[in-house]
Amino acid sequence: MKALRIFLNGVVKENPTFVLLLGMCPTLGTTSSAINGMSMGLATMVVLVFSNFIISLIKDIVPNMVRIPAFVVVIASLVTILQMLIKAYAPEVDKSLGLFIPLIVVNCIILGRAEAFAAKNNPLDSIFDGLGIGIGFTLALTLLGAVRELLGTGRVFDVALFPETYGALLFVLAPGAFIALGYLIAIVNKLKKN
Amino acid sequence: MKKLQSTWYNMAVVLTLISVAMGAALAYVNQVTKPTIEQEQQKALETGIQKVLGGGDVKVNEEKTLTDANGESLQVYYTDKGMAVKASDPKGFGGRLVALVGLDYEGNILGYEVLETKETPGLGAKAQTWFQAGAKGNIIGKRAGDLAVSKDGGDVDAITASTITSRAFLRIVNNAAATAMGKPDANTSATGLHKN
Repeated sequence: MKALRIFLNGVVKENPTFVLLLGMCPTLGTTSSAINGMSMGLATMVVLVFSNFIISLIKDIVPNMVRIPAFVVVIASLVTILQMLIKAYAPEVDKSLGLFIPLIVVNCIILGRAEAFAAKNNPLDSIFDGLGIGIGFTLALTLLGAVRELLGTGRVFDVALFPETYGALLFVLAPGAFIALGYLIAIVNKLKKN
Repeated sequence: MKKLQSTWYNMAVVLTLISVAMGAALAYVNQVTKPTIEQEQQKALETGIQKVLGGGDVKVNEEKTLTDANGESLQVYYTDKGMAVKASDPKGFGGRLVALVGLDYEGNILGYEVLETKETPGLGAKAQTWFQAGAKGNIIGKRAGDLAVSKDGGDVDAITASTITSRAFLRIVNNAAATAMGKPDANTSATGLHKN
């Protein structure tokens, strides 16, 4: 039950995007469509699960004063490994997200969870925390991507819902990301209060 | 287990160990994925060449690297059907735009494929479909060399609200044709150039 609680904590109560407002750079940058947002969320989740696990394993042998550089080395290596794997086995994903994958390294969610959770908890709990936060991030990015894609081009996951001419291009561009995110956060907070 | 103290010795040893371990993991994954990545890139290029030359089996007879008028280097792949030219322009709206252009040996456009783009999604990123046969800005079948958007007095419809991308794209096509068809370099045999 504890695992479930940790998991749900990441998805709902401490949702990285809607509640903690962490990792805004990839959130705003990659959500021009639902599929892009989802891929970015999943890629981040994979890194997060492994980094949480490894950091939790090595937390006792890392002296306090060098913990941040040690964590960053682990995270950066994991991201590079993921990038090589995506290039080799999912070239399509690499084409649309290639530019953003290296930026996972500097996503503060990952270092944040390493510092706030993995460095204080056991490896199993850390995996669940990574999964929870990762899925929360993925859901948020997919939702934001879907909203922007719908309002901007009339499509969701490339399925046309209304003709493109009615779309407000603004939502596909950067300012639309801020506007859509602002309203989504407001809606989520309203729903959580009820 | 008690946490290790932050002594100089501990810190140096632990950081070194972690770096070595992660370095080894990186080296291993790199070794495993490298051949696949190269294969994928090769395959992507081959399907690209096939596509821009109108489909079907295409055998590359010769491959050459040339420099266009702007000093950009471009790759030309000569086949029996025509040539595929990989060319780029640094002045797209979002940055460098790279495309593969299929031309017959008279300079008529057979097809094209945008390979790399940093153009705005929903605007300039439409270049991949906008200039294809049947689309609004159709350039397929036209003669490359002095294509221009209608705003500049040409006869190609620019992508709506993306004139800069359209100009960059047409520059790529024009430069590709001009360079690939242009003055045969004295140093190269240029076998492909005289085929029909």
